[in-house]
Amino acid sequence: MKGAIAIELKHVTKRFGSVLANHDVSLQVRHGEILAILGENGSGKTTLMNMIAGIYYPDEGEIYIDGKPALIASPKDAFGYGIGMIHQHFKLVDVFTATENIILGIEDKTKYNLKEAADKVAAISEKYGFDIQPNKKIYDMSVSEKQTVEIVKVLYRGAEILILDEPTAVLTPQETEKLFAVLRRMRDDGKSIIIITHKMHEVLALSDRVAILRKGEYVDTVETADTNETVLTEMMVGQKVSLNIDRTEPKNPIDRLIVENLHMTNAEGIGVLNNISFTARSGEILGIAGIAGSGQRELLESIAGLCHLDGGRILYNDPKTEEQVNLRDKTPLQIRELGVRLSFVPEDRLGMGLAGNMDIIDNMMLRSYRRGHSIFLDRQKPKDLAEKIIEDLQVVTPSATTPVRRLSGGNVQKVLVGREISSSPSVLMAAYPVRGLDINSSYTIYRLLNEQKEHGVAVIFVGEDLDVLLELCDRILVIGGGTITGTVDARSTTKEEIGLLMTKTEGGVSHAK
Amino acid sequence: MFPIVQFIQRAILQGTPLLFGSTGEILTEKSGNLNLGIPGIMYIGGICGVIGGFFYQSTAGIKLNPFLAIFIPLLCSLLGSFLASLLYCFLTVTLRANQNVTGLALTTFGVGFGNFFGGSLIKLVDSEVPSIALTKIAKIYKTTLPFADSLGWFGDLFLSYGFMVYLAVVLAIIVALVLKKTRIGLHLRAVGENPATADAAGINVTRYKYASTCLGGMIAGLGGLYYVMDYTNGVWSNNGFGDRGWLAIALVIFATWKPMIGILGSYLFGGLYILFNYIPVSMQTMPLIQMLPYVVTILVLVLVSIRKSRESQPPAALGLNYYREDR
Amino acid sequence: MQNNHTPKTQKRTREPLLHITKRGAVSMKTAVLIRVAAILLSLIFCGIITILLTGDNPISIYITIFEGAFGNAHDTQFLRLWATLQDIAILLCISLAVTPAFKMRFWNTGAEGQVLIGCLATAICMFTLGGIVPDPLLILIMLVASVLAGVLWGVLPAFFKAFWGTNETLFTLMMNYVAIQLIEFFLKVADKSGSNTVGPNILKHGWFPALFGQKYLLNILIVAVITALVYIYLKHTKHGYEISVVGESENTARYIGINVKKVIIRTMAISGGLCGIAGLLLVGGTSHSIASNLADGRGFTAIMVSWLAKFNPLMMILTTCLLVVLDRGSTEVSSKFGLNSSFSDILTGIILFFIIGCEFFIQYRVQFNKKNHAEKEVAA
Repeated sequence: MKGAIAIELKHVTKRFGSVLANHDVSLQVRHGEILAILGENGSGKTTLMNMIAGIYYPDEGEIYIDGKPALIASPKDAFGYGIGMIHQHFKLVDVFTATENIILGIEDKTKYNLKEAADKVAAISEKYGFDIQPNKKIYDMSVSEKQTVEIVKVLYRGAEILILDEPTAVLTPQETEKLFAVLRRMRDDGKSIIIITHKMHEVLALSDRVAILRKGEYVDTVETADTNETVLTEMMVGQKVSLNIDRTEPKNPIDRLIVENLHMTNAEGIGVLNNISFTARSGEILGIAGIAGSGQRELLESIAGLCHLDGGRILYNDPKTEEQVNLRDKTPLQIRELGVRLSFVPEDRLGMGLAGNMDIIDNMMLRSYRRGHSIFLDRQKPKDLAEKIIEDLQVVTPSATTPVRRLSGGNVQKVLVGREISSSPSVLMAAYPVRGLDINSSYTIYRLLNEQKEHGVAVIFVGEDLDVLLELCDRILVIGGGTITGTVDARSTTKEEIGLLMTKTEGGVSHAK
Repeated sequence: MFPIVQFIQRAILQGTPLLFGSTGEILTEKSGNLNLGIPGIMYIGGICGVIGGFFYQSTAGIKLNPFLAIFIPLLCSLLGSFLASLLYCFLTVTLRANQNVTGLALTTFGVGFGNFFGGSLIKLVDSEVPSIALTKIAKIYKTTLPFADSLGWFGDLFLSYGFMVYLAVVLAIIVALVLKKTRIGLHLRAVGENPATADAAGINVTRYKYASTCLGGMIAGLGGLYYVMDYTNGVWSNNGFGDRGWLAIALVIFATWKPMIGILGSYLFGGLYILFNYIPVSMQTMPLIQMLPYVVTILVLVLVSIRKSRESQPPAALGLNYYREDR
Repeated sequence: MQNNHTPKTQKRTREPLLHITKRGAVSMKTAVLIRVAAILLSLIFCGIITILLTGDNPISIYITIFEGAFGNAHDTQFLRLWATLQDIAILLCISLAVTPAFKMRFWNTGAEGQVLIGCLATAICMFTLGGIVPDPLLILIMLVASVLAGVLWGVLPAFFKAFWGTNETLFTLMMNYVAIQLIEFFLKVADKSGSNTVGPNILKHGWFPALFGQKYLLNILIVAVITALVYIYLKHTKHGYEISVVGESENTARYIGINVKKVIIRTMAISGGLCGIAGLLLVGGTSHSIASNLADGRGFTAIMVSWLAKFNPLMMILTTCLLVVLDRGSTEVSSKFGLNSSFSDILTGIILFFIIGCEFFIQYRVQFNKKNHAEKEVAA
């Protein structure tokens, strides 16, 4: 069996409304191998795997399992073929115990017996070295415990084909190593492992072969042993592009935002931000690099007044009055009333930065609707602004009265960034502003950020693409496990240096309890 | 002296329709469907039983076969509430319509349906009073257990009811056991808590929603049947069932979605319903006592939400429709 | 090719016959067309049922419905028409009242209770102050009392929702029955005879004046003003904007610094207050009596009206007219043909089912699976 083709996709296409998520993808996975699916965010990796797992049904194309055509119309069908997927967002029922979650959906002839199932779970855990309490409720668990439950769930079913969607995003390096060891053991067992990732070092360390996706299209599959990082990156991002982002030298930078010793613990009492201190200066772009979920979101949201901090100070130097104010634990409204011109492009564009069902004009008003003493709204200025942004940033939309939900990702982001910039901020924070955007839109965003920098704005840019961070930013702050692991000069550092800092975890006790 | 035995007996009789209703609604809500059509379904269950019984009684002549006299109305009632629940499922599960709006429309329809056919039957028999009586069938429905009369208070308290009173308790226990002790129950709870997870685990969300909502509706419909055939001695009068359907929904909250607590709760509510007959209060304050079940329910709802007790919350996906490809 | 395949589990798998996808943009025209088609279908369906039950021909039935709602040649005073307009006004008022809350995605199923408590407050004023203070002052007091009562009934569940996330659907539902029992209590106090209505013979004062000889005109005008105000409030004021944002996404609301709790409570105060006014109109303007069934389920019907109109106050005028005309028309049909008066509830239910169902076809596109087609072609 080993080496034979376990699963094959032929010409698979999937659309969501007008968005083409996967186009004509063909792919093979063998028995007894670890295949990495490599691609940037938004390249369609997860959608493709969801079709194998029966979450989505392909619009076009076929899936073959062991050489025979397979119809996977539901996750149940997928189980029937021995396919198990571990999703990035855990699919667990909060009020159930680990065991209840693990046996969920299994319909065999055996009697329903939670106790026996718990024993079996314990046995599996022991075999692979997992630390799991079968009768613990999910809502009492930490993130890594939850992932363990997910993995045991698939093993319990005796899956032959395992799909893991960015499993290491929430793990510490030690946990990652442990996971990789398990995966290798399963591969040697003859199982097919598909791992979705965009982390190059994981691809090289773990996989036998790599399949590369780019913008929903299949690029190629290569043997890991025959390739290297440069080649893979080229395939992932297309032809080797020097990004050619114009970077100017910061002009007389002034300390604009001084963050001192921020502390934050989440509901489970785990430190999300630990002793974070940095300074953002006017006229420069400060990059923040780190593995997803290392505290970037919490950091920006706490500066924007959306999260409660347990300690620290956020000092803002007002360029006009030259006074210093502490923004900690102020609401967004209070921050604005202090005259602080703080703009924030959040990660969740339609769920936070914009209101999806409202049109572009009404979205322009989100920040400014309170202006004036009238109880009525003034729609004229937002309308002018909307039209200006549509023209200046070349937003593709039927009209300014189109709900933003109907726009494509890039245009949604142009609307959001356009609005945030329009208030002539003195601090601009942007979280993953180019995620899921096409190249042209991405460059528009880079250009806008650079313009803001040249206007003397202190720009904070949270990014995931290290190439972009290196070419766009002036300084880069690396965050790992809620702790700053280093600050580097973007002009002189290397990707390797940042990569090492990202996985450094001194004092980082964030995720694992 | 306070006639405690008689009071409990009356409370149980009064609480039984609520028990059917709440057991049915608990089963339904466990799948994530908030069926506000239950009051309407209970009317439909009642009138369909009446229609079946009416035609059987008028064709069978004087001597009724006890078996048929019970089963024809029972089957008609089950069929009626099944079809009504099926309609609710089709609209909310298949067509993903808003559950609240659909439920309210179903209640409008169901109450109208009951009153319309009730009124039409009344007209058909040219009755003097605006009601229709199926006394003979009711007598069979009310047949008590043996020795009910000869065992004193024990007989009165435990043996003196028609079979549907026991059926209500048995159904509540069965639903509780199924939810807690079986694989089907585990799957059903998962559907109501987190349908995306249940779906990913290979559970057919649609099928579970349909099955539990239809079964729940049928159980609730039996409450309507019990009310006419047993509680009112076979007399259907329009709007007679009143607001018991809504009280049943209140009971679900009171019971924190646990059928076993529902048994006690429904008798408690039943007792509160008739308490004014047994305590020396003026007629005036009677409505204030009848208000108690609702006030208590509100208090329970508030307390549960403030305590944030994970175990007594409504199913997390209650009232939300599930569409797999939603992103 | 698909047929000779057997998965290794030996489980029967089949390709989904229908393929449902979410529509991207649906044009206004298509949406309206689908809804109109659904209403027409439902009317035809109702017509068939009526024909089956009455044996009359369809045209005569539709004439009867028309006459039931708008009056016939003998009705020279247009009494029918005025009564219908009055009904429309009350239902519209309640529908407008529930709309701000629904726009905020606050599922207020307690409009019935909020209206009834407004009725009760009005009736208490009429009962205790009637004849003691002059009528204009009395009406003013009634207004204040009914609004306050409605606000209280609306704010209570909103408060718990805002601070502890208490399920508002169930809370507001229970508040209905508290209001009903309070009215029952009032009835027992106000009328010792044990009647289930306290009528105009007891509530003699505080009646709304007739305008131009039309006793319902004031009601209708008040509701017309409320319609305009609610429309403007939702569409053109900062409050209305905040309601939309909170309804859209609480995260977005937090992000721009809206105090979500405050908006929830404020909006429910407005919803409850407007329901209170509807209660005032019912008791002071229309019936001059009070009973626990005075709202007659309109608090629930209003939810459907508001939802069907997609929370647009102007569309609500249309949906209200449709439901009220149908209700009054079918009541006329049932009395003419000796059917039970609940007939109209059945027809209303059927029409609602059709309209509720049709929303699916506006939001989703249903396609037959392409592969199936291809296979059929091959087979042919």
